[in-house]
Amino acid sequence: MDTVTRRRFLIASGVTGGVALATGSGLVTWHELSQRAVSDPQPVGSKILVIVTLYGGNDGINTLVPYADPAYHDARPELAYAEGEVLHLDESVGLNPAMKGMAGLWREERLAVVRGVGYPKPDHSHFRSMDIWQTASPDVPVNTGWIGRWLDATGDDPVRAVNIGAVLPPLAVGANSAAAALPLGRDTPLPADLETALRGLGTPDPSDSPAEALVTASYRAERTAAATFATVLDPKAVQPDHDQLAPAGSAGGQQSLKAQLDIVARCIKVGVPTSVYAVSLGGFDTHADEKGTQQAQLGVLDSALTGFLQDMAADPRGQGVAALVYSEFGRRVTANASQGTDHGTAGPVFVAGRPVKGGFYGAPPSLSDLDNGDLKVSTDFRDVYAELLHRLLDTDPAPVLGNSRSELGFLA
Amino acid sequence: MQSADWRATARLLRRTGFGTTGSAVDVANRVGVAAHVPAILGSDPTADVGARRTPVPTFDAITPLGRSASKSEKQQRNQQIRSQLSSLTTWWIRRMVAVEEPFGEKLTFVWHNHFATAATKVRRPGWLAAQNETLRRAGRGDFRTLALAMLTDPAMLFWLDGQKNSAIAPNENLSREFMELFALGHGDGYTEQDVREGARALTGWRFRPNGTAYLSTRAHDDGTKTLLGVTGNLDTTGFCDAVLSRPASPHFVASRMWSQLVSANPPSAATLDRLVTAYGDQRDLRSLLTAMLTSADFVAAYGTIVIGPVEWLIGAIRALRIPIVDDAAARKVVAVLRTLGQIPFYPPNVGGWPSGAAWLSTAAADARIQAAAALASQADLDAIRGSTAAKVDAVAHLLGVASWSARSTAVLAETAVDPRRLVAIALNTPEYLTN
Repeated sequence: MDTVTRRRFLIASGVTGGVALATGSGLVTWHELSQRAVSDPQPVGSKILVIVTLYGGNDGINTLVPYADPAYHDARPELAYAEGEVLHLDESVGLNPAMKGMAGLWREERLAVVRGVGYPKPDHSHFRSMDIWQTASPDVPVNTGWIGRWLDATGDDPVRAVNIGAVLPPLAVGANSAAAALPLGRDTPLPADLETALRGLGTPDPSDSPAEALVTASYRAERTAAATFATVLDPKAVQPDHDQLAPAGSAGGQQSLKAQLDIVARCIKVGVPTSVYAVSLGGFDTHADEKGTQQAQLGVLDSALTGFLQDMAADPRGQGVAALVYSEFGRRVTANASQGTDHGTAGPVFVAGRPVKGGFYGAPPSLSDLDNGDLKVSTDFRDVYAELLHRLLDTDPAPVLGNSRSELGFLA
Repeated sequence: MQSADWRATARLLRRTGFGTTGSAVDVANRVGVAAHVPAILGSDPTADVGARRTPVPTFDAITPLGRSASKSEKQQRNQQIRSQLSSLTTWWIRRMVAVEEPFGEKLTFVWHNHFATAATKVRRPGWLAAQNETLRRAGRGDFRTLALAMLTDPAMLFWLDGQKNSAIAPNENLSREFMELFALGHGDGYTEQDVREGARALTGWRFRPNGTAYLSTRAHDDGTKTLLGVTGNLDTTGFCDAVLSRPASPHFVASRMWSQLVSANPPSAATLDRLVTAYGDQRDLRSLLTAMLTSADFVAAYGTIVIGPVEWLIGAIRALRIPIVDDAAARKVVAVLRTLGQIPFYPPNVGGWPSGAAWLSTAAADARIQAAAALASQADLDAIRGSTAAKVDAVAHLLGVASWSARSTAVLAETAVDPRRLVAIALNTPEYLTN
């Protein structure tokens, strides 16, 4: 297996997260985070980035709908939204009907819509393209993510970035450091003797193999403050039913996006010293019968995200919060025979929140001047990242993204 | 402390099954690895006594409801599907627990992870059962037969939208995933054009109401395609052969099998060459598996794999001889697997389940130890008796663990007064959770 393929497997299998676990910067507990909020609180109004990853390849053309372009209706007659259905942003494009909350953010000038975002020589593999977006390295596979490199460049406290969910995505893993992972779900208190035994089993032994060392590291991260946790996590939270619809290429958060963002909101409101949070939503791989499926998923995104941002806007600690929403690729312009779309290239990226200057950024991709049936990329996603690192996180983007990135101006 | 041979045999049994027991290792160790491997590869998984006791259920066909179906008809239909899917999942759990020789079920599970197909989308329990039987039957023959069976398998076609792939508007899903995940690997340099041409070759598969697939000549594109340098009026067989003929394909298949059965680390170049030679022009899976399991690197790979939830839980149930005879008992097993994130027939996506440290979250630790405590409370643990040291040794033998580290010995000794606690904790040691 060559390195590219190997790398893909590592990422697809979540093993990169395991590397971080083994280095001891893995899971944190709510208790630890809330203690840090007391001992070392985030200053009120600090800038905070919330990264929302949409897994599966969201169809950008039916998200930011070019309703006035006849080529749109010609390319996907059964999938296209009529002019009267979309939420108009201007006289040529509008948002998917499910995105009412985000249309409201647009009117408040708190939603930046970056158009035609992608990277050179687009890759149509879910796994490879998501890897490219998360590592911000389109040319060569690397084993660090962009937030991981930001962590590497800016200190050694792992709680500067927190992933919601126990398995770290590639974006959160650096060379020397990794984001902390805050697991979701209900705490079931263990009997004292079992708790003691697990603590004992977390002791490293000189004879431990690499895999055994991973196990002991996971036990050392065992939560010790079940009671504290229980008061923060929703006691009514239930396991998601495994028997529910999810298309073949999907991954993404096991818990609902709303539940993930609720945890983020709680962390921010108590002043946890975290500057970057990562959450995710799956279900966007719509090869067939796309319209209803995508609209439902965009509705989930819309209500969770706008609810979260309203919550933040009302809290003094939420004033500096901006959310980034992206997917690994958009989809083909022309519908397939299955009322769906196949893997494509460029898509819109959204940045929303109080620090954002609402409006359009990046040139709109043409629906008639195509690259082998796919949209041409007008904006490099690394330019979006560069601005977030520079203007929001107040960091030099060069060590993370290299030189020669040009910012778009969506942050004040 | 067991001998190095015993340890190597124990690893072989655990990798080719679901856990093991010291007694089974004792027997296989007397036979010797050289004889044991051909024996398990030569055994017929459907002839196993336990397999005969757990025949695959037959399912009434799910016929599509018309547009005029009432709400209650739809609810009834959904209820029927859910009930059938539950029977399907619990059937496989019971089968995995019941078989005398576990290799047939383990290998089927490995192929299920390779050709990952999920009931979340394929709401046809009978089709999933048929795919499962195909994987069991063809999983140790030649890879071309297996791959072609999957390309024309109703559950696979439905899963990757093959039945919607037509000459007028090709759907690329199956073409792409077959190349990337099933037979070639992402790094081989196939192009987007290859994916599109491949999709054209695969056009035209449709289903009969009874669940068999047939090629509709009307929907099939019989024009000339050029795929991976091969030009012609390629159909599904032509597509399969063009992909499998690529030089990278044998390396990909061998590496994927290796990652599941042998080691989380890739094989050395020399080992991979040996595996590919064994696979050969005939794409002989039995020969590949033999080369893998008898390789010197197999033993050297000790301690690289974190076992997944199915391997862990089925292994524990088998070692403790806890009967899972009815669906109610099997549903409890499924509930634990749901918490741990790995239910047969429900892989998260076409790439299969995660592996390695992905299984080691703190939430999983809680669920695992509670499940282990519940299992131990149902087990007959008469064999665990005597002094503290004798009990700690006995639990190692019960679970087929060659030796405990000083750390684990100390923790186990603390709890040895209660054999149930001792077993529950032993099932959660780093030694038992890795392989």
